[in-house]
Amino acid sequence: MFWNSLILAMREIRRNLLRSFLTILGIVIGVAAVITMVTLGNGATQAVKNQVASLGSNLLQIRTGQRMMEPPGGGGGVPNFRVEDAQAIRNEISGLAAVSPQVSRTATVVAMAKNWSTSVTGADNDFFTAGNWSLETGRTFSDAELETGQSVCLLGATLRKELYGTREPLGERLRVKNFSCEIIGILKAKGQAAMGRDQDDTLIMPLKTVQRRLLGNNDVSTISISVQDENNITQAQSEITELLRKRRRLTEGEDDNFNIMDTRQIADALSGTTQVMTTLLGAVASVSLLVGGIGIMNIMLVSVTERTREIGIRLAIGALEREVLMQFLTEAVMLSALGGLIGIILATLASYVLSGVMNVPYEFNAGINLLAFGFSAGIGVLFGFMPAKRAARLDPINALRHE
Amino acid sequence: MNLIELRQITKTYGQGQAQFQALKGVDLVIEKGDFVAVMGPSGSGKSTCMNILGCLDIPTGGEYHFRDVQVEQLDRNQRALLRRFYFGFVFQGFNLLARTSAQENVELPLLYRGESSSERRKAAQAALEQVGLSQWGHHTPVELSGGQQQRVAIARAIVTSPELLLADEPTGNLDSKRSHEIMELLVDLNQTHGITIVMVTHEPDMAEYAKRIVHFVDGNIASDTRHRPLRAEEIINVLE
Ligand SMILES: Nc1ncnc2c1ncn2[C@@H]1O[C@H](COP(=O)(O)OP(=O)(O)OP(=O)(O)O)[C@@H](O)[C@H]1O
Ligand SMILES: [Mg+2]
Repeated sequence: MFWNSLILAMREIRRNLLRSFLTILGIVIGVAAVITMVTLGNGATQAVKNQVASLGSNLLQIRTGQRMMEPPGGGGGVPNFRVEDAQAIRNEISGLAAVSPQVSRTATVVAMAKNWSTSVTGADNDFFTAGNWSLETGRTFSDAELETGQSVCLLGATLRKELYGTREPLGERLRVKNFSCEIIGILKAKGQAAMGRDQDDTLIMPLKTVQRRLLGNNDVSTISISVQDENNITQAQSEITELLRKRRRLTEGEDDNFNIMDTRQIADALSGTTQVMTTLLGAVASVSLLVGGIGIMNIMLVSVTERTREIGIRLAIGALEREVLMQFLTEAVMLSALGGLIGIILATLASYVLSGVMNVPYEFNAGINLLAFGFSAGIGVLFGFMPAKRAARLDPINALRHE
Repeated sequence: MNLIELRQITKTYGQGQAQFQALKGVDLVIEKGDFVAVMGPSGSGKSTCMNILGCLDIPTGGEYHFRDVQVEQLDRNQRALLRRFYFGFVFQGFNLLARTSAQENVELPLLYRGESSSERRKAAQAALEQVGLSQWGHHTPVELSGGQQQRVAIARAIVTSPELLLADEPTGNLDSKRSHEIMELLVDLNQTHGITIVMVTHEPDMAEYAKRIVHFVDGNIASDTRHRPLRAEEIINVLE
């Protein structure tokens, strides 16, 4: 009997192709809108997450000053870190993959008769581990180079391109401010901007070299730490806080004069915002789905009146009430499911194209597709029931007499 | 065995001032295998009676027994099943499904009987063949003449080989050659398949094919005769 209803419904839809198409247009648009909105929203969330993740995995960044994002060493009178602080963390706290003391400043780099202003960072080899950097060519620093603060450097992909174009600069020398240094390595491009800055526009030198030659002091402004196990981040954070408080001789009541930033928290905070947006857009789009459902009910009601005679004939020939009910219900559900299907196809195309335009990753979201499809079929049942019931209740004689 | 027993059947339409009694106490017994022609002037209650016989309508008063089942006691769905498995209808106004091919129209009763699609196709083609429309299966009603539509309606009624065939003016739109062909088909169905037939007709020479002629006048049965040609004044009466 179900199979019969399916065949009957299919025939009826085919017989009124244009009307069927117009009927489901609302559902098509609704489903397409919901899926596109949610897919793009999720893509945006993913983009934010990717950006933050590209900073490094399980990354903690320790800076002086009370608040995050304050310029390092700012706030006046707050003592800077020393290499020894990093050393102490390395020695006393377990479960850390990398502890990288760093200093950074902007400097003009000259090579091939070109000037380029870039961010120069002084660090040791843990910098590459903590920041998830890998080498394109060359090598990282040797112990001797770190120890004595020699003039060697690694270039980020953007800096390399700006200065040398397609040339291979390994082994050549470039000038930073008033001294020249040898290029010993090129970093692989991360391709992700983070915090509004191109990470690949960078020059890395041994910590001591930058301290002595560019800054003229022994300060460390940032310590980047990579925690081995994601679940230990909070634990590590509190242990580091305790250790640093001790080393900086803070008494019980005093506030921290440094801060530890957990990149994961930032990722969560940022992606939380885009998720709210996604939900909101999805909700707005679902309203159009509902409107589409009402459209189906309208057409089904018209169709019952229009087809009163047909229903009369079916009843006279011996159709049961529930068979007529099923027929109309199946028709409504098939219409809306068809609309859902077309909507899904449209949405897939639209989100694929739009995510390219908006530069967010495209990811097929099976959940929302299933949900939207189920919802549209549900709308068919919901809004198809009333007209179907009306059809099934008709009196055969009156229905036959209907003009 | 009595297939049908009507006892004091009345049917009243409307209420109050507009009330109209279309049947005024009809008694009628039809045996299995009978072929009854129902005649009578327009408005005398023939179609009303046919609707009641076909369980499409419930009488206002009286009792209707079909195969010893009292029809008034059945509910809507039970009556639908009775129609599905025992009755074949030819309606006065054809009542074919619009925008649906003749073939599909004829298949419809089989669909509700749950027959497989190949069975349906075969049976429908055979029925169309019987009414001389084997070449017209894929045409929709608007593409068919009145007579052809009527024959599709007949094919739809006989495709299930029903126990009881109810035909309301099955030859009303046919030329006399076709009419005689259809009547011969009905006679054949009646004789070789034992299908009981009740047929409304205005044409005395069609009624001649029946074994029995029941005459309605003004909501009552005026005469009930077997194997007897009509008298001339009766013919004039019918033609009015
Ligand atoms: N649904 C209805 N409501 C009100 N009156 C009706 C209804 N159906 C039939 N009637 C009336 O009942 C009477 C009998 O109608 P019926 O259709 O049975 O006549 P008939 O003998 O079949 O006539 P014809 O030969 O023209 O088909 C008519 O006077 C008609 O007006
Ligand atoms: Mg009539």
